[in-house]
Amino acid sequence: MKKIEAIIKPFKLEEVKDALNAIGIQGMTITEVKGYGRQKGHKEIYRGAEYMVDFIPKIKMEIIVAQDIADQAINAIMNAANTNTIGDGKIFVLPVEQVIRVRTGEKGEEAI
Amino acid sequence: MKRKIMLMMSFVLLILSSQVFADDATINSGDTAWIIVATALVMMMTPAGLALFYGGMSRTKNLLNTFAMTFVSYCIGSIIWVMWGYSLAFGPDVGGMVGAPTHLFMNGISVNSVSGTIPTFVFALFQMTFAGITVALVLGSIVDRMKFSAWIIFAMLWVTIVYCPIAHWAWGGGWMGNMGALDFAGGNVVHINAGVAGLILSMFLGKRLGYGKEAMFPSSVTLTALGAALLWFGWFGFNAGSQLAADGIAASAFLVTNTSASMGAMAWMLTEWVVNRKPTVLGIASGAVAGLVSITPAAGFVNLPASLIIGAVAGVLGFYCVAILKHKLGYDDSLDAFGVHGMCGLWGALATGIFASPHINEAGTGLLYGNIGQLWIQIVSIVGTILYSGVATIVVILITQLLASGLRVTKEEEMQGLDNALHGERAFEL
Repeated sequence: MKKIEAIIKPFKLEEVKDALNAIGIQGMTITEVKGYGRQKGHKEIYRGAEYMVDFIPKIKMEIIVAQDIADQAINAIMNAANTNTIGDGKIFVLPVEQVIRVRTGEKGEEAI
Repeated sequence: MKRKIMLMMSFVLLILSSQVFADDATINSGDTAWIIVATALVMMMTPAGLALFYGGMSRTKNLLNTFAMTFVSYCIGSIIWVMWGYSLAFGPDVGGMVGAPTHLFMNGISVNSVSGTIPTFVFALFQMTFAGITVALVLGSIVDRMKFSAWIIFAMLWVTIVYCPIAHWAWGGGWMGNMGALDFAGGNVVHINAGVAGLILSMFLGKRLGYGKEAMFPSSVTLTALGAALLWFGWFGFNAGSQLAADGIAASAFLVTNTSASMGAMAWMLTEWVVNRKPTVLGIASGAVAGLVSITPAAGFVNLPASLIIGAVAGVLGFYCVAILKHKLGYDDSLDAFGVHGMCGLWGALATGIFASPHINEAGTGLLYGNIGQLWIQIVSIVGTILYSGVATIVVILITQLLASGLRVTKEEEMQGLDNALHGERAFEL
């Protein structure tokens, strides 16, 4: 089992969600985050006080997938989230030790 | 017989009409109704207008503290006023400096007392709202770092020792009014006074931790813009109400107030657009307030063209003082009580000396209408206000420091945020 963490631009959330649903991934968790990589921030001025805002709002999406559809999921995210501009985001893949469904106690891939 | 009946009837009519005239000769119900409404409008300016205006510019962690200080300022102003403030400001004149304590706790004033054409209670309450908002303006300089207990003590002393005498000088029969200084609704009494006091208090308190280095974002420009709109609305009571009558001069004051506010907003906005390349909502809101501040001393004296100029200059001047001058001089007048109220109030007081038109109000003739002396009188009143406000505020600060065991919160409290540290509350549950 793999955990796929994707940092994407907020306005791409619906597209990525739809793309994942289309390949059979029905659940996910998202967090509103801030961050930066190569994308530059912006300047804000309040009555002459200038501030550089380096952190840019992004969405972090987390999904747990079975090993065999991990690549499909990654491709779905990449295609949906890509805008060909700096700041499109990154995808991280991590191994998952165990998954348990709270209601039934099911474990492993059945619980995904 | 017919003649006797005619005589009787005219006699009866005379008696009846003299009853009616007796009421009209004292209280005018139109004036009274308007000033009651104006009082309510100005009241709203403090806990609603100013609280939102200042609160939105405070950092989120201190938003409620700003509200708290503003709210209690009005309450303290209200209570001090009816205990001794009214008498100090409007009691029988003592040496041109202060009012006698004849009316302590509103002693001697009854439901039948009349001031001009309105009940004295109404006059006193109208003036009270001015005291409340003036002290509230001062806190704009010192948000984010003052002990709440110290603010309460400061406010009580400041209204008593600083506000009331200056109000007496301008409006209560004191030396400034006697000299012929023109201050229709409080350029000296309210804005220059509060601006100077705020600057001085901010110097005693010192700069905020991280000032100039750390980003200090306003919690909500939305709240500030809303506050500015409420202030504008209430300012109609502030300026047009200062005529103390529902008449043509009040209407004229209403007209120039709105015009100056609009010009101030557009002028600040355009200046900012040129200098910073983007017009901000904060700038538009601030410009409107700058325009309102500067028209305050002039409202019942100047005509429409003058108000276009007064507002336009206020917008540019306000922007300069806040965006450039403050950063050059390095003081932390956090929400620009001095930059907007002090400096634009100063412009307004001078402009009154230039533009006061006897065709609008026979009580005031300015430079443009041949009275060179008026400008000099205005300057003297401005200097007098600045000096007294400065020195007396220092005295109040020193007493407050003693009574409150210091003015400033601890470093930990300041970093944590005053809403949590002083009030145990959060502004928003998001």
